[in-house]
Amino acid sequence: MNAPGQTPVVAPGYDSGSVTRKITDIVLARPLGRGWLGGFAFAFALLMMMNFAIGWLLMRGVGIWGINIPVAWGFAIVNFVWWIGIGHAGTFISAILLLLHQDWRTSINRFAEAMTLFAVACAGLFPLLHLGRPWVFYWLLPYPDTMGLWPQWRSPLVWDVFAVSTYGVVSLMFWYVGLIPDLATMRDRSAPRPLQFIYGVMALGWRGSARHWKRFKMAYLLLAGLATPLVLSVHSVVSLDFAVGIVPGWHSTIFPPYFVAGAIFSGFAMVLTLLIPVRKAYGLQDFITIRHLENCAKIMLATGLMVAHGYITELFMSWYSDDKFDIYMTLNRMFGSYAPAWWLLMFCNVLTPQALWFKKIRTAPVILFFIALLVNVGMWTERYVIVVTSLHRDFMPSAWGSYHGTRWDWMTLIGSFGLFLSLLFLFLRLLPAISITEMRQLVREKKEPQ
Amino acid sequence: MKPDLYGFMAEFEQPEELLNAARAAHEAGYRKMDAYSPFPVEGAAEAIGFERTRVPLVVLIGGITGAGVAYGMQYYSAVWDYPLNIGGRPLHSWPSFIPITFELTVLFAAVAAVFGMLLMNGLPKPYHPVFNAPAFKLASQTRFFLCLQATDPQFGERTKYFLAGLNPIAVHEVES
Amino acid sequence: MNMNTWRSMDELEDKPAYRDWLQREFPPLASEWTNEASRRSFLKIMGASFALAGLSACTRQPLEKIVPYVRQPEELVPGQALYFATALNLEGYARGILVESHEGRPTKIEGNPEHPASLGASDVFMQAEILALYDPDRSKSVTNGLEISTWDEFLALVVREREKWKSNGGAGLRLLTGYITSPTLLSQIEALLKEFPNAKWHVHEPLATKTPQPIFDVAKAEVILAVENDFLGPGPAQLKYARDFASRRRANSGALSFNRLYVAESTPSMTGARADHRYALGPRALQELGMALATGASLPSWGDPMLADLTRNKGRSLLLVGDSLSEEVRQFALNWNRPLQIAQPLPSRGDSLPELLRDVAAGKIETLVILGGNPAYDAPVDFKFAEKLALVPLRIRLGLYEDETSALCQWRLPEAHSLETWSDARAFDGTATITQPLIEPLYGGKSAHELMAALTGNGMVGGYDIVRQYWHAQHTGDDFEKYWRKSLHDGVVEGTGGGKPSEFAPHGRAETSGSGLELVFRPSPSIRDGRFANNAWLQELPQPFTKITWDNAAMISPATAKRLELSNEDVVDLKYRGRLVRAPIWILPGQADDCVTVHLGYGRTHAGHVGNDVGFDAYALRTSDAPWGGSGLAIVKTGLRHPFATTQHHQSMEGRQQVRVGTLSEFQQHPAAVAQAGEPAPGRDETLYTPVAYKGHAWGMAIDLGACIGCNVCTIACQAENNIPVVGKEEVARGREMHWIRVDNYFEGAPENPRLHFQPVPCMHCENAPCELVCPVGATAHSSEGLNQMVYNRCVGTRYCSNNCPYKVRRFNFLEYDRNRFESAPVLKLLRNPDVTVRTRGVMEKCTYCVQRINRVRLDAEKQNRPIRDGEIIPACAQACPAVAIVFGDINDPQSNVSKFKASPLNYGLLAELNTRPRTTYLAKLLNPNPEVEKA
Repeated sequence: MNAPGQTPVVAPGYDSGSVTRKITDIVLARPLGRGWLGGFAFAFALLMMMNFAIGWLLMRGVGIWGINIPVAWGFAIVNFVWWIGIGHAGTFISAILLLLHQDWRTSINRFAEAMTLFAVACAGLFPLLHLGRPWVFYWLLPYPDTMGLWPQWRSPLVWDVFAVSTYGVVSLMFWYVGLIPDLATMRDRSAPRPLQFIYGVMALGWRGSARHWKRFKMAYLLLAGLATPLVLSVHSVVSLDFAVGIVPGWHSTIFPPYFVAGAIFSGFAMVLTLLIPVRKAYGLQDFITIRHLENCAKIMLATGLMVAHGYITELFMSWYSDDKFDIYMTLNRMFGSYAPAWWLLMFCNVLTPQALWFKKIRTAPVILFFIALLVNVGMWTERYVIVVTSLHRDFMPSAWGSYHGTRWDWMTLIGSFGLFLSLLFLFLRLLPAISITEMRQLVREKKEPQ
Repeated sequence: MKPDLYGFMAEFEQPEELLNAARAAHEAGYRKMDAYSPFPVEGAAEAIGFERTRVPLVVLIGGITGAGVAYGMQYYSAVWDYPLNIGGRPLHSWPSFIPITFELTVLFAAVAAVFGMLLMNGLPKPYHPVFNAPAFKLASQTRFFLCLQATDPQFGERTKYFLAGLNPIAVHEVES
Repeated sequence: MNMNTWRSMDELEDKPAYRDWLQREFPPLASEWTNEASRRSFLKIMGASFALAGLSACTRQPLEKIVPYVRQPEELVPGQALYFATALNLEGYARGILVESHEGRPTKIEGNPEHPASLGASDVFMQAEILALYDPDRSKSVTNGLEISTWDEFLALVVREREKWKSNGGAGLRLLTGYITSPTLLSQIEALLKEFPNAKWHVHEPLATKTPQPIFDVAKAEVILAVENDFLGPGPAQLKYARDFASRRRANSGALSFNRLYVAESTPSMTGARADHRYALGPRALQELGMALATGASLPSWGDPMLADLTRNKGRSLLLVGDSLSEEVRQFALNWNRPLQIAQPLPSRGDSLPELLRDVAAGKIETLVILGGNPAYDAPVDFKFAEKLALVPLRIRLGLYEDETSALCQWRLPEAHSLETWSDARAFDGTATITQPLIEPLYGGKSAHELMAALTGNGMVGGYDIVRQYWHAQHTGDDFEKYWRKSLHDGVVEGTGGGKPSEFAPHGRAETSGSGLELVFRPSPSIRDGRFANNAWLQELPQPFTKITWDNAAMISPATAKRLELSNEDVVDLKYRGRLVRAPIWILPGQADDCVTVHLGYGRTHAGHVGNDVGFDAYALRTSDAPWGGSGLAIVKTGLRHPFATTQHHQSMEGRQQVRVGTLSEFQQHPAAVAQAGEPAPGRDETLYTPVAYKGHAWGMAIDLGACIGCNVCTIACQAENNIPVVGKEEVARGREMHWIRVDNYFEGAPENPRLHFQPVPCMHCENAPCELVCPVGATAHSSEGLNQMVYNRCVGTRYCSNNCPYKVRRFNFLEYDRNRFESAPVLKLLRNPDVTVRTRGVMEKCTYCVQRINRVRLDAEKQNRPIRDGEIIPACAQACPAVAIVFGDINDPQSNVSKFKASPLNYGLLAELNTRPRTTYLAKLLNPNPEVEKA
């Protein structure tokens, strides 16, 4: 695994015991720091702001947002697509890298999976909220309706419902299954009875029997195998929301692959945005080493290039199509009233990642952090451009309009960070943020040579 | 020997020792036994005579069911139960039925995998005799255990010595 | 943007606004209106049924027998609408209507096919009257000063007054009215003047500055030159003119007998939009053009072939000139047009407003009775009407609203709406209509007849008796009852048509000398002279060309804007003859250079909670010597901005051929070429799917752009028929107007003098509807007859359908529009069409091809077990259209009218290249330009 001159994926000198102690102590031994309290309070405040915005939304209707005819979709859909994208890194890391035997995934997969879940939770909010009548969202589900009605299966929105909920459920199970042995460890290491009890219940009485381990490993492997096509399918389906529409700027077959690439791109950006501060705050540099950061950076570079390729293909196709609507849309994106957004996304998503060609940058956490931030912004902007610029000037010039988010749009977007961070803070305090079991194996494997 | 004995449990430092002990016990004719470790140990299950798991089969069945249910539901509702003229498209627009079919296949298979695994493992199981073993807490942290159970025909007082012969850290009596 | 949204949240909160206007409008009633319980009791007092209260017994039918157009009232079936023939006035001229009444609630107005001024069509004002009828802002109680009084107390006052008048022969008694054609009212006034010889009657009509020109037979005219004369625009004869004009622009029916229209005007008008040759000239240039024609002086280069064309067709050509042109020109035009003159509007009688004011100044007047009108608002500013009025000791006002004029009178009497009263009126050609009430006066109003009866000392006679007596006296033959019933039933009184010619009585002429910018006054296309200012439908109706709602603007040409460095929404000071008005700028292609057009009727202060403080008051610049504008205008930039709420931001076609235009000669050479201008639609077989077969009926629509005059009536007829809410300026500005059918407006060619195009756009009911495909709950789906149906109560509001609609004809209830400050008044529930669901917040809606009408006809046909006849189903838009530009029917029936339209080589589908297979298609527009002019 360890090519000479490469930073190891785990610092030397650790054994099962020390690994176990170091990770569990974050939860069990470490006192509530001011940092955590402050951070959580801030996140929670944002969350409350979102709840306020949502309350008002339910009272008055979606009219409090900036949406209109022709631009009937706005922030809500942009945020949905963006969050779902973020939610891709986790499963990608745990599933695909597992199948590829990338041992460096070990120390970050738990964290990334948690991030995925929370991102999906945020994403899931928006499609519900953006409905004109959110209280009847369940009409999108197949259930025995007194009118004998069914969802309309040809609509990509119905596909979304299934894709996103499947993704949510599978990610949750994947994450939890991985947690079971660690929960057992927590149970056995926690002193206070109530804690033992709670972790005990969550650990389902896991006792590490060889038979269990065999089935466990098989199930985990199969889950990874299932999650792999799933993670690729989710953003493909999301992209079909646009690709199936006839709107110029949406109606394009390149969307699925290029959305998936974009999703993983933004996902890894988010992983870095969070990992870099967290490893610092909890002194996990030994487990989450520069090597991890660098690998994430490499994946960002790769997916970033795919995304760039997507943009270029889009431009080429609209020229090649010789379709007057499509050509107008493209020019309008580049030079129309929303041009700044387009150029910003080009800067963030195409230009910035090029810096990652250089090892110096890939191995400099602070710079990586800011690059990752830029990419997050860029990917949000990309979705904004896709949704808004395509709609605001489509086929009938007489119906052209414009769109701007209102304060309620912004409150909901920023508030969703609150939800995401609150969950993340709780996770860090209550559960082992790194897979202890897998770390034990890792340190053993690393020892073997000696 | 007490009647309410679940078995004898040997405690080891290293997974290799556990493996050897398990193999030895198996050769010695013991069958009713189990090995416990803080992380999966290659070959431990085979060593105690547990060759193959049926998890994959369950997953396969789950997946097939999912596919069937999904496509069936869509076909039935769109073509039979409530046909609607949607934008002049045919009632059986199969390409549009694919995504949901795929998603439900994955969902059912995944659910089957997780719950299949838990059920076959007999989990959740809040109480189990092995937890009575004094040092067993370490089974989820650093130590490796081999437990020969009282229900095995060969089981007896000598079993204790047999285990002791495998130079473990300790041998514990496990009450049931 | 955020700021706006924030603000609007408060504005949508109806309560503050509501309470506010209550305080201003009816202090005494405020308490009663603001609490729920008494609002309900108020409804009861109004005595009309709650919406959907099925039994006609619950509603107050007028006590006298009114005669329905189609069935006798005893046949009244709950759920079955009845139609009554009556008439509405515009500046005194009657336009015949049929009123749809549900269980005693009038809900919709249609034109009366048998009436010469309607021909079955209607204009925006007729459509909107139904809203005015229920307007909660209407004057509700007899008030004397600040106290609420009663009709009896007023009668007592009149009795006392009459004693005085008897002694002095009515000296000091003055009557001020608008233009009156009602035979009964005229006879009553005569009676009054006979009784009191010293009393006088004055007439004031803000828009009728000159005796109106006669009515001509446009259908017979080969060549028409309109100089500042918008004969296709709103006016007493618009509907007839539109019908006749369109009849000479039909390319789908055999013989091509096109007329040719030249228009010279200062500001784009509906007439100008239909011109084959249009010239944008300022008032001075127009007057010169007129004089040149009249005196035979030399014309501009393009003028000679035009004149040749006119002269060649002398006797079959028309020269229509506007009120702003000088008398010589008008006289010349009158003589030129004589051969085609078919009717002479009745002359205005009574003395003028200046005379009245002279007497007021001289202190000769003790009692002034003002019937209707609103002189305090719309009288020429130099008359200083308001301050003069204060000099009159006793001021009595009968008015529909507590408006600017009422505010200055002690005795304010609520006037009954035309749909609440017995009366009569004459059309432009003299045809008389006896108007019958559809409902008891909602707000206890009285008609002018009843007031006149009081003044003439016949105390408490009801309108019914007054009108009946008059016609009884007129009737010579026997069996008056039959005659009476027939007149009511038909909506026209036999043998009253064909007005007689009259002497000319000129006063007021455009001031066209002087320098600086020129100012042009125009009535607002949507609220006319301001009398419709409190009508939310009309306020929200996008004005032609500018597409502005809820505002008026100072409209200037692009070149002038460039010169003065002005841009849209800049607020400027209009300095004109020592007076000043602050107005926002709108740059209007096709506007004459160096000339500013302003619409009258805005800036009302006592219109009601809808019309107050909307736009600026252009009357403040309008003087009696130059009622249609003049020179000497200066524009001063203020640096302020005023946001407009327009419904169309982009008026170029971007080369997408939405509107396809060709010339007659092109069409004659290659009939197909014009319509094939755009990308062709893919063939029926170019699909993997087997196309759905529509057996039985297949509904479709054709819209003839060659006939459309862009009058907007389709939009508002649809609004009335389909319970479409008004959303207010802020929401319109946010792009959330709810109109199901919009009239798109394109400029083509150079901005100095572009071609102007109209295109009504309803739902296309695409056979391959993109909207349906993406609805996750199947809330929009196709019917077996090819309607693209919207199921409101299934809609969850994803708005995906709207995104995927290439025509953007879908409308979404972003907020609770049915409860906003325009829709929330309980009384407006009575206005709702019971056959159409009122949509709630969060659901999508759109044109349904008036499915309720389709089903009504289907039921009737099934009851009589016969097939549905062609033309039996008429959507609201088609029914209202004066130009018969919209045709609806079964496209499976080759004999149907719509099939014939669609068979025309001019037929094309909008954006058909997307393979949406629209059921609504368009007929390309043909122009008939003069080849010589083209050369010149």
